[in-house]
Amino acid sequence: MAVNAEQRGPSGEGMWQRESRARHFRERAIKIVLAACAYVSVLTTFGIVFVLLFETVNFFREVSIVEFFTSTTWSAAFANPQFGILVLASGTLLTTLIAIAVALPVGLLAAIFLSEYASPGLRRWLKPALEILAGVPTIVYGYFALTFVTPLLRETILPSMTIFNALSAGLVMGVMIIPTIASVSEDAIHAVPRSLREGAYALGATKRETATRIVLPAALSGIVAATILGISRAVGETMIVAVAAGNLAQLTANPLESVQTMTAFIVQVASGDTPTGSLTYNTIFAVGSTLFVMTLILNIVSYVFVRRFREAY
Amino acid sequence: MATKSGAQKNARKGEPEGEGVFKTSVSARHALDRVFSVLVFVAAMIGLVVLAVLLVDIARDGLPRLSWAFITSFPSVIPQNSGIYPALLGSLWLLGLTAILSVPLGIGAAVYLEEYAPDNWLTRLIEVNISNLAGVPSIIYGLLGLGIFVNLLGGITGGQSIVSGALTLSLLILPVIIIATREALRTIPGAVREGGYALGATRWEVIRSHLLPMALPGALTGTILALSRAIGETAPLIVVGAATYITFAPDSPLSSYSALPIQIYSWVSQPQPAFQLAAAAGIVVLMVVLLLTNSVAIWLRNKYQRRG
Repeated sequence: MAVNAEQRGPSGEGMWQRESRARHFRERAIKIVLAACAYVSVLTTFGIVFVLLFETVNFFREVSIVEFFTSTTWSAAFANPQFGILVLASGTLLTTLIAIAVALPVGLLAAIFLSEYASPGLRRWLKPALEILAGVPTIVYGYFALTFVTPLLRETILPSMTIFNALSAGLVMGVMIIPTIASVSEDAIHAVPRSLREGAYALGATKRETATRIVLPAALSGIVAATILGISRAVGETMIVAVAAGNLAQLTANPLESVQTMTAFIVQVASGDTPTGSLTYNTIFAVGSTLFVMTLILNIVSYVFVRRFREAY
Repeated sequence: MATKSGAQKNARKGEPEGEGVFKTSVSARHALDRVFSVLVFVAAMIGLVVLAVLLVDIARDGLPRLSWAFITSFPSVIPQNSGIYPALLGSLWLLGLTAILSVPLGIGAAVYLEEYAPDNWLTRLIEVNISNLAGVPSIIYGLLGLGIFVNLLGGITGGQSIVSGALTLSLLILPVIIIATREALRTIPGAVREGGYALGATRWEVIRSHLLPMALPGALTGTILALSRAIGETAPLIVVGAATYITFAPDSPLSSYSALPIQIYSWVSQPQPAFQLAAAAGIVVLMVVLLLTNSVAIWLRNKYQRRG
């Protein structure tokens, strides 16, 4: 037996080792390739930060940072350009406020309906149907705002409104954001334990009272997260405002007038011929940096709130 | 809160007026409940009503303008002769290249994070990073593409070429593909993996022979939804330099291009009403392409689910 083992040993062991080594090598190679795929996302973030930072620094070599944040005039395309980001930020703020004024009440009530009122069958088709709203390309919404909503409002209740205005763009953007707010709020409302509802019913509360006074406060952090996420979407939304809000950079709080948002400015400059490295070229990166920082902060705050409602129960 | 404590006090003392207050409010409370239930129903339906109005409006504007000539013609300064042919081809090129670039990367990243990655701070960093990337506005990806693919690597990508556009769109939809594939992998029970290891299979062999086929329906659905989002994206393509007026069909990944949403944007921006109608017809074409890709997603998912 011992002799046999000795005779067979070397060749058997050798074969086994060779295959094992090949397998090990392949396994390790595959793991490295897959890890590289995962690191592409990290590279993407680095790429974004690098590009934005690099061109923004170039921009601030020519434009004073104080002027950028305090000037109340934005005239990037003119002979003696002024760069007051406040003007574009006010356009973004105005359209975002209108959008949230539409999307928050509608989305929240829709979430209550889906979670507390709808039958399981209705819920099953209504949820994906609402998701379609988020899947419609934004250029389509832009067309809709410009050629349907604006004429409709001008012919009926707001004849003084200009053709390009913040109101139509904001309203349609609000519709686009409804599914975002409804879906995240619904998750939070759904996560409220059943016992809280049963306790309320046992105390004699009606369905509405339970929904608005017990369930909503309990889901508040999730609803805040949904709202912030919605704001972040609205701030970053581009095509609706580029098409329907006009491209007039002015500091106004009147929703019936034209405004220019940060995103719309980038599109306006990028649509034309802008030589690489020129001041105008650098401007869109400075505006992009501002936009990126704003949405980043909003997303982080929203993430913190989402974690809180996930951990609460 | 005030009424609740008041009712408690009354109940304790057994005062008769407490009962009276309670009784009168009940009908009012129930009336309010009925109003509220109608309100939430209306809120849930508003979105769908707007969607229906939008579709009808676009069909009414766009369908009469739609014709075979519209699909096979080039854009023109005369709105009646304008067509969408190069934009349609450009979108199909973008779709194909974006799929080739993003699907292997996305699935690879998802497999690594779900099956290989150790539970440490680096992995968590990648995860947070991916969910953050999913929330970055698409126009920022456009600036990334402009800075890196068009300018820095312009010698390789050909500058404002289809490749630059497809690379930008790939990075844009990568987080969506990764998240969908990870969710699909997570639903596979651990017993499948353990069974494979018990038979002597290596990690990769288990992934290739069992996990990937089982995760395919979920991953595929998420991927195609992400790709259909890429088809509809406008802003990043404008920034990376898709052309709005192009008079030749793109014939290689390095040629300049237009895309359906870009062409629509260019027509919407024209003051003449005839161009608006062309835009509506273009939107109909875009929506049909989206509908087709989504149908493919549903068909594939059903097919693989039945086999599984």
